[in-house]
Amino acid sequence: MKAKIFPIFLIITFSIIFYIFYKGLQNSNIYTPEIKSEIKIPNFEAKEFFSKDNVNSDQIFIGSEYYLLNIWASWCIPCKEEHKYLMNLSKKENIKIIGQNYKDNFVNAKNFLTKLDNPYDLIFSDNDGTIAIEWGAYGVPESFLIKNNQIIKKIIGPLNEKLFSEIKELIQ
Amino acid sequence: MSSLIGYYSLIFGVGISILVIFFSIKNFNDTQNLDTKIISLVFLQLLFVIISFSGLILSFVNSDFSNETVFNHSHTTKPLFYKISGTWGNHEGSLLLWLLVLTLFIFVFLLKSKNQPNQYRILTLLFQQIIILGFFIFLIQTSNPFNHIFPVPKEGLGLNPILQDPALAIHPPILYLGYVGTSIIFSSALAAVCSNNITKIWASHIKKWVLVSWIFLTLGILLGSIWAYYELGWGGFWFWDPVENVSLMPWFALTTLLHCVLVLEKKLILTSWVVVLSIATFTLSMCGTFLVRSGILNSVHTFANDPERGLYILIFLFILIFLSLFIFLIFHKSENNNTKTFYLLSKETSILVNNWFMMYFLSVVLIGTIYPIFLEVISFQKISVGPPFFNKLILPFLIPFMLAMAIGPKLKWIKSDVEDKTYLILFFIVSLILSILIIRNLDINFLYNTILITAAFYLFFITLRDFFHAKYRNLSQILAHFSFSILILSILFNNIFSSEVITNLKINETYQDQNLKINFESIKQENKQNFKAIKGKFTVEDQSGSIEVMQPELRIYNQPNIVTSEADIKTNIFTDKFMTMNYVQNQDYFNIRYQVKPFMIWIWISTILLCFSGTLSFIRKKYES
Repeated sequence: MKAKIFPIFLIITFSIIFYIFYKGLQNSNIYTPEIKSEIKIPNFEAKEFFSKDNVNSDQIFIGSEYYLLNIWASWCIPCKEEHKYLMNLSKKENIKIIGQNYKDNFVNAKNFLTKLDNPYDLIFSDNDGTIAIEWGAYGVPESFLIKNNQIIKKIIGPLNEKLFSEIKELIQ
Repeated sequence: MSSLIGYYSLIFGVGISILVIFFSIKNFNDTQNLDTKIISLVFLQLLFVIISFSGLILSFVNSDFSNETVFNHSHTTKPLFYKISGTWGNHEGSLLLWLLVLTLFIFVFLLKSKNQPNQYRILTLLFQQIIILGFFIFLIQTSNPFNHIFPVPKEGLGLNPILQDPALAIHPPILYLGYVGTSIIFSSALAAVCSNNITKIWASHIKKWVLVSWIFLTLGILLGSIWAYYELGWGGFWFWDPVENVSLMPWFALTTLLHCVLVLEKKLILTSWVVVLSIATFTLSMCGTFLVRSGILNSVHTFANDPERGLYILIFLFILIFLSLFIFLIFHKSENNNTKTFYLLSKETSILVNNWFMMYFLSVVLIGTIYPIFLEVISFQKISVGPPFFNKLILPFLIPFMLAMAIGPKLKWIKSDVEDKTYLILFFIVSLILSILIIRNLDINFLYNTILITAAFYLFFITLRDFFHAKYRNLSQILAHFSFSILILSILFNNIFSSEVITNLKINETYQDQNLKINFESIKQENKQNFKAIKGKFTVEDQSGSIEVMQPELRIYNQPNIVTSEADIKTNIFTDKFMTMNYVQNQDYFNIRYQVKPFMIWIWISTILLCFSGTLSFIRKKYES
């Protein structure tokens, strides 16, 4: 009896392995990482643009209000294009616009704001670009719509008419 | 034209395969014809495969893009050397190479086994022809290297640039010699079981084949590793990637088999081990082919993935597994005469200990490699098993393994007392003190690392002493164990003492920390035959003030358009300095990675020594006087 169990056991084992490999063949092996629609914002510390005081990310994004984080720089041409949309949004009551000044020269950046007007409720500096890495930003300009410390929309590149109206709808 | 000849040669090859199988069965009891008629048929088959393979090489050399394989993997601007190596740098060509080695080996086997019983030889031929036929059909049905395209394209798609490397050009053929060598062991073990031919003479005859496969497999793995180190630019030599694991599994089985065959040759015990391991080694090689070629695994190695191919290999693999299971269970009579003579302190026992450790390592690698597939099929979860899993499960077990390796060979067959106990203990104390001195000031787990390094040092000292000790004159064994100890020592030190700096630098910028200073001096462009090279020049100044100039390179290949990063590696006997440079999109700086990797060269040297010890054993007429 014992002598028979062993071969049967072996045959069953190998049959199962065959079946699993066979099934595995039909599965696609292309792995697509899950993209979560809402990601928590990163925690960081930065210097306020004008006063050079330290600010912490949880001092900036408070409560359930809408925030638009905009990564910008004076040397960035598309930032000038999207400026009018930011100005427009800054007139709205229910959204605060936070500027992240990316790898910029302070004097140039200040000139940029005096010339084109300042849409931002608060600006902090990101001189070495490390905070942009924390956000997972690809470049300048880039904007993140935030509510309850969650990123609900990520906009790569300058704002345009379509994106602008989308944001307006979202914050209504 | 050469494609056409190649294709028809393949068809003739299949025909001969069927003829050989027919004649072997027909003349099974009347074996007079074996050395005349059948052997010439086998030779003819080899000839056809050689013609077919040469046809493919010729198509590659002439850049004949009417051939689909050439079109997909070659380009007119490629250097001739890589045009030729491109022949086996792809799925179709590599299978043809596999077939070439299969037919070559069975021919050599028939020539070299004339002192063996004819029935056993004819059975081996039969099993081998079944494998050959399987591969012929696989090649022609699912991956014909001679597919014609019309209209003929003007230019090919090019060979993946990271495959354009001398080490990688010879890596597949060497590895295949190892893999395919195991097929002979497989067929011969099955034949020996069927014809009841498991004797000491058989053992010493099959030992040669085990050694040949083992040497080539070791060399093949080494070359792959060297390629990964120099070409991939990750600064490592082993990544526990599924494709690497797949070559390591037959290596474990083969190494175990090698030890068992040595025992069998002496004592005619462990026959079941030998048979099972012979089957396992080849099945694992085939299983590797299946896992790699079917695309069932996620891996850094990208091969052409085609489910039809996977299904074919899978069915073929399991036919072979069930065939061998069937033969083993029906025909094999396990030895029961010698089992009582196992003593705790004897060479047999230490070889058995070695076997079980090897089986453990094998299982770890096997589970780590195929468990993700099982989990995905059963529960739809995707996981990946990485280096920490293997390191945690394998490294601690190296400690008793190496101690057994040091003491085991000193024991005598059957029963023995350990001689010269004093120096065994003395060496252990020396190794322990040495390891404590090394580990003491480092910020790592003290106890664990000390014991690990002690065990490696112990093996090192004991084998080193054996070289000068007249009593033990089994040079190949001593050399093999000695080089293994160097291998483990250098891997451990390499892991412990490696340091790394990753930074972004612009031209003329300097990176500085307390240990070193990296200065980005300049950059220049060169145009080469099929790529454009951007060469950076860096000076690295270390604590002692010595300055080294490093010139890592970026290569922009034109066909296909791929950027690769060539590491600049400065090697000396103690340490490797390794620098890579990467382009960062839309930025004016480069990403620089600088690594100091001690004892890197010793990993290569010890593995070459390991192969050399195998060669030594192969050349020597008699094992142990």
